[in-house]
Amino acid sequence: MSYDLAVVGAGPAGLTAARVAARRGLRVALLDAYATPGGQFLRGTAPPRLTGVDVMLGQRVWAVEKSSDGFRVHASTTTTATTLLVATGAHDKVVPFPGWDLPGVLTAGGAQALVKGERIRPGEEMVVAGTGPFLLPVAVTLLDAGVRVKEVLEANRPSPRMAAALALVPSKAREALGYASRLAAARVPYRTGHAVVAAHGEDSVEGVTVARLTPGWRPYAWRTVDCDTVAVGYGFTPQVDLLLQLGCAVAGDHVVTDDRQRTSVEGVLAAGEVTGVAGAPSAVVEGALAVHSLVGEPPPRLLAEKARLRRFARALDLSYPVRDGWRDWLTPGTVVCRCEEVTLRAIDEARDLGAHDPRTVKLLARPGMGWCQGRMCGHAVAALTGHEPAPQKRPFAQPITLADLTLHDREDNA
Amino acid sequence: MIGAGIVGASCAYALMRAGVRATVVDRGGVASGTTGAGEGNILVSDKEPGPELELALRSGELWRELDEECGGFEWEPKGGLVVAETPEVLDALTAFAENQRRHPGPAGVVASVVPATSLRDFEPHLADGLAGGVHYPQDAQVQPMLAAARLLKASGARLVRTAVERFLVAGDRVAGVRTGQGDLYADAVVNAAGTWAGSFPQAPLPIRPRKGFILVTQPFAVPPVRHKVYTAAYVTNVASDAEGLETSGVIESTRAGTVLIGASRQRVGYDTAIDYRVLAKLARQAVALFPVLADRQVMRAYAGLRPYSPDHLPVIGPDHRLRNLFHACGHEGAGIGLAPATAEMITAQITGGSPRVDPAPFAPGRFA
Repeated sequence: MSYDLAVVGAGPAGLTAARVAARRGLRVALLDAYATPGGQFLRGTAPPRLTGVDVMLGQRVWAVEKSSDGFRVHASTTTTATTLLVATGAHDKVVPFPGWDLPGVLTAGGAQALVKGERIRPGEEMVVAGTGPFLLPVAVTLLDAGVRVKEVLEANRPSPRMAAALALVPSKAREALGYASRLAAARVPYRTGHAVVAAHGEDSVEGVTVARLTPGWRPYAWRTVDCDTVAVGYGFTPQVDLLLQLGCAVAGDHVVTDDRQRTSVEGVLAAGEVTGVAGAPSAVVEGALAVHSLVGEPPPRLLAEKARLRRFARALDLSYPVRDGWRDWLTPGTVVCRCEEVTLRAIDEARDLGAHDPRTVKLLARPGMGWCQGRMCGHAVAALTGHEPAPQKRPFAQPITLADLTLHDREDNA
Repeated sequence: MIGAGIVGASCAYALMRAGVRATVVDRGGVASGTTGAGEGNILVSDKEPGPELELALRSGELWRELDEECGGFEWEPKGGLVVAETPEVLDALTAFAENQRRHPGPAGVVASVVPATSLRDFEPHLADGLAGGVHYPQDAQVQPMLAAARLLKASGARLVRTAVERFLVAGDRVAGVRTGQGDLYADAVVNAAGTWAGSFPQAPLPIRPRKGFILVTQPFAVPPVRHKVYTAAYVTNVASDAEGLETSGVIESTRAGTVLIGASRQRVGYDTAIDYRVLAKLARQAVALFPVLADRQVMRAYAGLRPYSPDHLPVIGPDHRLRNLFHACGHEGAGIGLAPATAEMITAQITGGSPRVDPAPFAPGRFA
């Protein structure tokens, strides 16, 4: 059967959209790669009730295609729908540093997912480092799981812009205050202008080098901190693979949408982090707005709320950028691409051979050719070649077995 | 030199060896076109007796020399194995190889028929039920992007990243090129612009794109494919004139541990969009040859454009309209393999030397 709406991603945006669309009488399919809905944000919470929605879990969508009357969504089965909503969220952004390829170095989101999803304590003694307000809930989640969090290191300095933005969104201010008091009660220092610039250990992390940073993130005043695990997060990268496959216009790292979440491609909607990282409340609003592009008019209240949350996200984006000084943390032997074990030296050699852009560096030295297809190192490789990171086209948004791929060798199915 | 793909880079290198200084102009940089979208094949196995086979045999020798002189591009004389699904196809393959071996010339084709019972001595993971095959020890592989980059670097040629807009013509001769970054003057201009080589209005050539896809698997600690392995259908597809989609199983591993799966041929202009139905066909053919691949993951896929000419022979030599203009293009899917001998020919033609391989069949004027 063909659906009116296929929603890919069952996080806050996708869940909201599916629920609202079903209430409005649309035939809705909701697909997610995980065994439970909720996405990264709601992981580990009670599963939401979804009446009138065909929920398809464990469906790793590897491609979407335009067809004569809508879209084909390819996972382990193919779902067809007239309209497509992509709400695939974002993944952690990291910057490389010496030793980040050691076991015991996790992304901030990965560490949180271990606790929330698997009830696993990622380490005994941990340092949390990176940039952005997400570090706070991660540290609190770890504390609640019984981890001894030794320090939380924010690479950027406090920003007046952020303070002004928080004043406009009191709920966010209260949330931040809650985290701060929880950290204070546990005597966890929160240091701005600091970062983990190296991890050390024989077979796994035994300690990290913490440095003070200039405003441009050049390190000075180093010291070591003993720990067995470190969680690093330098913001998020929207997962726009499916949208790029369909040819949707992007700006920077995210897809471009109008006020009702319509992308540049007819029939393709996008909501949540794929439209620019802005957090769960914004994703919920956008999920609802996406449905209003199909039925009815968007309530002015929702449009205003979206604008307010987007302004907040913009302030966040400007206050917690990744600054160029991280390149000074690297040595020639530092691994930049962990999948293919490509060092900074190898990248420099490729550049010396004439590779002027990330694509050519990839062709000559292989960063981004491995399992993660550049999701982890793409940002760094672009920066190291003097380019703005840009989303890459990936024909397979997820790896797929050859056996599964053969199933699409048919006119009726493909 | 217009084009920093494998042909342009090889020409720059050969010219440097002959004492000629080159400037290479490419709008995308090194290996940004067809060179960056191929497998790096150096094949004699798929070539019928004739001028292209002669060029391929000479190229095979030159690649071995280049590996010693320059190196750093994963040259691997792994050999090719063409397999037949049925006894009839095996008979045809055997006759084809017989014909190749009779090809006159200083270096001949080495090929040996492999009976069904011996196939697994060559490829332990081949499927059951194949009728046999032919082994070609001269087939080899390089990492094509590295090869182009290393040869270009070793040539000492300056690389200018900009588009060539047109030739600068003085009377009946070409005096240089107009680029996005100004005019470049030269004693000779070589057109090695690959798929786009036919599109200069002052000296057009009938070169068109023939699209192909490659699937790339997850990396293996020990890849299950040792040779370049392909089915007999590949040979007929390479030589075919069909407009529609043709696919044949072509499987090989790389030094990085991945397995590359081809090959498709389609004439759809300059469109490089992904077509999952074609990818699915490639997957089906790969699994049919190597069932062990079935549960392995595909990580990525890419499309490339093979520059082909009406008679499927490369276009090499002086232009028939403008003096001081030379063409080195139209190599279709064999550009990596044929590049060194092409460069040797072009260098002889520019410097007044005598070519090792007869250039007449490749002359650009043959389409006039």
